[in-house]
Amino acid sequence: MENIRYDLITALPEIILLGMAMLVLITDLFLKQSNRIAIYGLSQLGLLLAAYFTVTTHVPSVGYAFTGTFVDDTLADVLKLMIYLGTSLIFVYTRQYIQLRNMFRGEFYALVLFSVVGMMIMVSGQSMLTLYIGLELLSLSLYALVALDRDNHRATEAAMKYFVLGALASGMLLYGMSMIYGMTGSLNISDINHALMSGARIHSVLVLGLVFIVAGLAFKLGAVPFQMWVPDVYEGSPTAMTMLISSVPKLAAFAFVIRLLAQALPTLAIDWQQMLLIMAVLSIVLGNVTAIAQTNIKRMLAYSTISHVGFVLLGLMSASGNGYVSAMFYIASYVVMTLAGFGIILLLSRKGFEAENLSDLKGLNQRSPWIAFLMLIVMFSMAGVPPTLGFYAKFAVLQAALQAGFLWVVVFAVLMAVIGAFYYLRVIKLMYFDEPQDHSPITAPFDMRVILSINALALLALGLMPQGLMSICFYAISRSLS
Amino acid sequence: MLDYFLQHILSFAIWLPILAGGLVLFTANDSKPNLTRWAALFGSVVSFLVTIPLYTHFNFADGGFQFQERFLWIMSFNIHYHLGADGIAIPLILLTSFTTVIVVISAWEVIEKRVAQYMASFLIMSGLMIGVFSALDAILYYVFWEAMLIPMFLVIGIWGGPNRVYATVKFFLYTLLGSLLMLVAFIYMFHQTGSFAITDYYQLPMPLNVQVLIFLAFFAAFAVKIPMWPVHTWLPDAHVEAPTGGSVVLAAIALKLGGYSFLRFAMPIAPDAAHHLSGFMIALSLIAIVYIALVALVQKDMKKLIAYSSISHMGFVTLGFFIFNNLGLEGAVVQMISHGFISAAMFLCVGVLYDRVHSRQIDAYGGVANTMPVFAAFAVLFAMANSGLPGTSGFVGEFMVILGAIQVNFWYAFLASFTLIFGAAYTLWMVKRVFYGEVANANVAALKDLNKREFLILAILAILVLALGVYPQPLTDMTNATVTQLLSHLANSKLPVGL
Repeated sequence: MENIRYDLITALPEIILLGMAMLVLITDLFLKQSNRIAIYGLSQLGLLLAAYFTVTTHVPSVGYAFTGTFVDDTLADVLKLMIYLGTSLIFVYTRQYIQLRNMFRGEFYALVLFSVVGMMIMVSGQSMLTLYIGLELLSLSLYALVALDRDNHRATEAAMKYFVLGALASGMLLYGMSMIYGMTGSLNISDINHALMSGARIHSVLVLGLVFIVAGLAFKLGAVPFQMWVPDVYEGSPTAMTMLISSVPKLAAFAFVIRLLAQALPTLAIDWQQMLLIMAVLSIVLGNVTAIAQTNIKRMLAYSTISHVGFVLLGLMSASGNGYVSAMFYIASYVVMTLAGFGIILLLSRKGFEAENLSDLKGLNQRSPWIAFLMLIVMFSMAGVPPTLGFYAKFAVLQAALQAGFLWVVVFAVLMAVIGAFYYLRVIKLMYFDEPQDHSPITAPFDMRVILSINALALLALGLMPQGLMSICFYAISRSLS
Repeated sequence: MLDYFLQHILSFAIWLPILAGGLVLFTANDSKPNLTRWAALFGSVVSFLVTIPLYTHFNFADGGFQFQERFLWIMSFNIHYHLGADGIAIPLILLTSFTTVIVVISAWEVIEKRVAQYMASFLIMSGLMIGVFSALDAILYYVFWEAMLIPMFLVIGIWGGPNRVYATVKFFLYTLLGSLLMLVAFIYMFHQTGSFAITDYYQLPMPLNVQVLIFLAFFAAFAVKIPMWPVHTWLPDAHVEAPTGGSVVLAAIALKLGGYSFLRFAMPIAPDAAHHLSGFMIALSLIAIVYIALVALVQKDMKKLIAYSSISHMGFVTLGFFIFNNLGLEGAVVQMISHGFISAAMFLCVGVLYDRVHSRQIDAYGGVANTMPVFAAFAVLFAMANSGLPGTSGFVGEFMVILGAIQVNFWYAFLASFTLIFGAAYTLWMVKRVFYGEVANANVAALKDLNKREFLILAILAILVLALGVYPQPLTDMTNATVTQLLSHLANSKLPVGL
């Protein structure tokens, strides 16, 4: 009895959010379109409650629940709080966009909340099966979200592509997990680690399993050579969904990688380091070089994401506490930048008009100097130019890789960052140096303007004072990984 | 109160102009550009006055860092907010805050579109450049160094000439590439020492091959900025397209960031590599002095000509650094300051003509002296200074460097002194074609002489150029102790004992 009580308290945030998603679905049936805003309020309330219980049930030690398949550690709590915050911002930014496109329905909010629950389970998964279930809950919600606008052909095509390739990746992941299970006799993360440390196993089978696991992870992260779906899905999805796909799920994917590679398979670090290294270098090259040729903002940001994932892998590849902290710092910074960037694209869209070509940004400085300034910060942050947060993200990852002894990889990544700077500069060129083609006024709800401004200025503020976020990442990793 | 101010004077010098720039940007009203202009002028003058005590309260006997401030900034990486300035940095800080005032005045009615953004860019840039000159923590330095690119990128791109986008992107990417390699060097040394303090790097022993790599990483960053041949090609493009204020800041200060950084980082951190590669550096400097001067000779565009002349003069600076003696090093510092005044004045002169005729081509002019006699007098003075006429500041630095070089190798001095011939040739030939002869065309005939604003800024610069030329001692007194200390540091090998 005491055990069940402990289990339920540990998973309280997940349970609350799941309940709220159900409540949203049911309430939605009884609401008229004019009252639907209540759904929005309920969803935000759900995130707030989940955040409250995540904070109040937090303990510095590591706790296991549900017979060791679910873990509550500092890493999980910190990542969950980041996920709530990011999702809450997504709700604010997307409200007007989906209202204007007939997607302001209960399904949107329920599906997003389900995907958040999926992410939370991924973050707290301590067994390969729990992790997998979380991943599937997240992925299936996202497939449905992309296709939510039923009559939109591009979105339907994107959803189809996303689903087929995502299912393939899940299959690979499961296959890899089954091999590890076969070798160690357990699905539990810490049991696998103990089993691998205690005795000799057939190394080739383990590595074969590892290859499939890494390939599956790379699919979900969008790292080269498993990146094909990223640009198409980003471009085809409605911008609100692109924003969701490209931002918070990366936090969960980061936890997923940490749980599987750093906690379950640290004994195979030599093997997965090499795989991550190759994927990191290829992602940085392909992402940065291909982004130059894009004319669609969403596609450009898709390739930019691929290169950012490359940098995250560079941090993870160091296979040290320092490396994991830097990768976590990078991914958190990336989420803040991406949310602000897509927020501005959503702001520029209006009824019947999608801001999705780079030329739609032309002359933004003359239409609205403030929004242009915010986008300027986002772009310089993505390019990694100080004094923005993006600089410290790159700095942290590069120093971790250098500490691990990869000097020439670091030099190479730095050269690629210069190539990357070119396409971010082009966005600034369009906004500041060109004349506007489109003179329509920019309309957005007041709360969105304010929160978007805070979000983008946070890049500058955190760039001047990065210690807080660094400490959070440091404590999360150091208290959770022994 | 005064004590508090003096303890944090460098912070004031950095953050006041940045704050002023922010205020100008956010309180600006496009319908009242005059208000913005006065606000910017007020901000820049106050920022300049704040830097004056750096000179009046300077301890001339001390060659180390003065006015230090230090507190922990980013704990995870042991990064400190550490400021301090020595006898080489302070003249450059004063030059920066002074030039900003000149730039604000020079833009007064010339810049009509987006006045607030223009003024704010220069104010913010001024604070960032003072930050570069006074940072004693590698990452703090790097942040200022890179952040400075952002306003410059916008200034060239928004208010520049027809080919501005190409020029500004080239400027940004060239500089970024070099600086990122420098960042890698910083991180490497961080893992060796556990700190980003520059003074810790000074003490870090390193084998020669490591020193050479670190020196080359710094070289990539600083040679681009100075710029040295063969990585100079961004400068003529950027100068030609930049608005007058942008050119002035680029030539007067931005180039000095590179020169200063050689003295602050590359040479004292890797002294053995600096000695080892000094032949290479001297060769590049001499190529810049002689070859680039010849390139300047054939330019048809006045701004391009002055840009090449800047590269050639900066060759003197690097030559002075790498002959490792007192005269050379001190001459190089004097040359940096003097070139700050002269190049600023030359670009302002071109700006005066460009505002009236909207052409920078030499052959669009002729006989300007007939219609603008006062202006012609100033222009001839600055041209003389640029070609190193005794009595002007241009002479002092070049002469000291040549004297220093002759102690090391006669042929270095011989080649370097060619600049006195070529410099006179390209500058005076341009002056002859633009200012003398018959009035060339209707545009020139319609020219009006200097207005009060233009007269004021050119007169101030003329006084400074002459004063520094006749009596350079206040400047050399400042640099003396620091230069001596730097040279004694450079004389000691940092190779690990036993290797």
